[in-house]
Amino acid sequence: MRPNKSFLLTLIYDARYRSITFQVLLLLSIIFGIWWVVDNTVTNLAAQNKGVGFGFLTQTSGFQISPTLGTWLFGYEVGKSSYLEVYYIGIVNTFIVAFFGIFAATILGFTLGIMRLSQNFIFRAFSTVYIEIGRNVPLLVQLFFWYFAVLRTLPSRREKVELIPDVMGINITGLYIPRAMPEEGFSLTLYAFLIACGITWFTSRWAKKRQQRTGQIFPMFWAGVGILLGLPLVVFLVTGSPLTWEYPVFAETGPLLKRGYQAGAGVLVIPEMLAVWFALSIYTAAFIAEIVRAGIVAVPKGQTEASSALGIKKNYALRLVIIPQAMRIIIPPLTSQYLNLTKNSSLAVAIAYPELVSVFAGTALNQVGREIEMIFMTMAVYLTFSIVTAIFMNWFNARVKLVER
Amino acid sequence: MKKFTTALVGIAGIALASNAMADGHGGSTLKQVQDKGFIQCGVSQGLPGFSNADDSGNWAGLDVDLCRAVAAAVFGDASKVKYSPLSAKQRFTALSSGEVDILSRNTTWTMTRDTQLGLNFAGVNYYDGQGMMVPKALGATSATQLDGANICTNTGTTTELNITDYFRQNGMSFNLVAFEKADEVVAAYDAGRCDVYTTDRSGLAAQRGKLTNPDAHVVLPEIISKEPLGPVVRQGDDQWFNIVRWSLNAMINAEEMGISSANVGDMMSSDNPAVKRLLGTEGKFGEELGISNDWAMNIISQVGNYGESYEKHVGENTPLKLARGVNALWSNGGILYAAPIR
Ligand SMILES: N[C@@H](CCC(=O)N[C@@H](CS)C(=O)NCC(=O)O)C(=O)O
Repeated sequence: MRPNKSFLLTLIYDARYRSITFQVLLLLSIIFGIWWVVDNTVTNLAAQNKGVGFGFLTQTSGFQISPTLGTWLFGYEVGKSSYLEVYYIGIVNTFIVAFFGIFAATILGFTLGIMRLSQNFIFRAFSTVYIEIGRNVPLLVQLFFWYFAVLRTLPSRREKVELIPDVMGINITGLYIPRAMPEEGFSLTLYAFLIACGITWFTSRWAKKRQQRTGQIFPMFWAGVGILLGLPLVVFLVTGSPLTWEYPVFAETGPLLKRGYQAGAGVLVIPEMLAVWFALSIYTAAFIAEIVRAGIVAVPKGQTEASSALGIKKNYALRLVIIPQAMRIIIPPLTSQYLNLTKNSSLAVAIAYPELVSVFAGTALNQVGREIEMIFMTMAVYLTFSIVTAIFMNWFNARVKLVER
Repeated sequence: MKKFTTALVGIAGIALASNAMADGHGGSTLKQVQDKGFIQCGVSQGLPGFSNADDSGNWAGLDVDLCRAVAAAVFGDASKVKYSPLSAKQRFTALSSGEVDILSRNTTWTMTRDTQLGLNFAGVNYYDGQGMMVPKALGATSATQLDGANICTNTGTTTELNITDYFRQNGMSFNLVAFEKADEVVAAYDAGRCDVYTTDRSGLAAQRGKLTNPDAHVVLPEIISKEPLGPVVRQGDDQWFNIVRWSLNAMINAEEMGISSANVGDMMSSDNPAVKRLLGTEGKFGEELGISNDWAMNIISQVGNYGESYEKHVGENTPLKLARGVNALWSNGGILYAAPIR
């Protein structure tokens, strides 16, 4: 008894063993915790006569989904498409708002962040007010605000506001834009674009090397624009412009319900998507603006002074000295804003935008009742999005940060 | 410091695990309910007449009365209920995870829900069907004229599926805009996002009052589905299932026998054997359920019979103005028919 007890005490009081003891205990409790959760789940599911399995994914779904990029890509059809396709549609719709949201939030955020540091009082005041409102009003409230603001200002289904006459218009059912219809031979233009990308890349490498060697500056930006646009354009024209546009069709007469924009002509962007996109971009931009401001302010003033002492022109100093240093402060928190935006897109269920949480972890889950499997699949998507964004941003960070020599 | 944290986390982990162990559910719902002293009842997020909270947070409605009846049967006190407002989408998960003990929230009894979700429907407290509401300005008089319509509804409902079936069957195209919460459906329809608002007809009657101009809308004559609405419990606890089922049956039987909250005191001395069995003056029907013998008496005196509850919450004298119709007793030309207590 005695030696045994003292052995146990040694495990706790002896500094050599203590940390190991606690780590072993921790490990055991984690294993026990996982086992307990799994065991409980299996028992409870069995008690309710529910199993675990992914067979439901091949069942066909019996509900309609709003026309969106996802339903179009997968040719969604009620009673024919499977729950697996519903899952894909959810992923595509989540991805597309996240993508456009990140794009718009970045531009808006950088603009506002720089404006907030401007000498101009109006710019500064506008940006300050925007940031304070944007950061302090909860996202869900902003989502409702934009949705109902959008709905209440748009004309009814049987009227329209034309943004470009006969080409692009909007009413309460959504924004109608032309659809590009590639014809035979259009792929050549795409190949030309790829080749142009390659040429641009090699030219820029060559220009950089030459500048390092001889100090001569090559107008890379304009050359790049020229190559990227010029080459595909020439190919496009030579192959006989193999692209037509399908314009939205608006019927003024006919039965009441058939009036208005006709389904299937042009591309429809539903108002739910516009509202989600607005709200996510505007909300996240307020945070990005603060990150950008912090990043720029954090670069010591001496850097600007040193640049001008070296005779570097002001805009070069900003581009070559200040921004690269600010970037390494900006990028890590910027990444987490991108991740937030992606995850926040799941709030869109509140206003009927058919993203992943709404159609798959919502409607579909309600039909088949496989909570565990479906929530797991949903989590896997967000996790993948997050990891991919993080990897991309880390790579980007490694590229733009100051390389210390 | 690091070692200290490790130790702390380890201990916290163990504490959590053992604590959670004690929480794991399974076993008798009746026992759990009696131990905590109230029933957790899953209701809607606000559907006037069925389950709706007033300004001071008191819930009332036909569906709420069912939970109150069960509380009266179990505790002899109809007020021992706590409410969890649930959206259509959340409701089944809330029930199967044990968050609520009963789901009494205008929920349609369907085969999938009964067989695949690990749940059981304990009866029907309102026979309904799905209807459609359109603005009068649309000029539609029948659902068959709705080809090409934009339709607003709730996600996670039978409504979503029925409307899809109906339009496919009639070869009509439509676009569905499905919201999580009923309030957003109403707001979007009100703003003109949709030409049609579809849900259970009782739901249309209840939600209509929330529109800016209720008189500018009509409900079309078509009833496109059967929606038997009723209370739901978890599968695998027959005793609890029976208590809920018989609480509802007691309310319906009481109406049939002419026993109401007003006369139940007098009825206690009735010598009609059926009445005696219901009120517990004869037999041990309550004890067989695991509760007291005056269970039904408590339901009737505190909540009332089915007819009373109906008239009070959804009947002709309420804003919903729903006629009894099929929800009348079988003896009055309806289909309400409860199994006898014997
Ligand atoms: N009975 C149908 C529909 C039930 C339903 O959710 N109806 C909506 C519209 S009437 C509702 O109750 N809304 C109130 C809420 O969401 O709280 C079902 O069980 O699926």
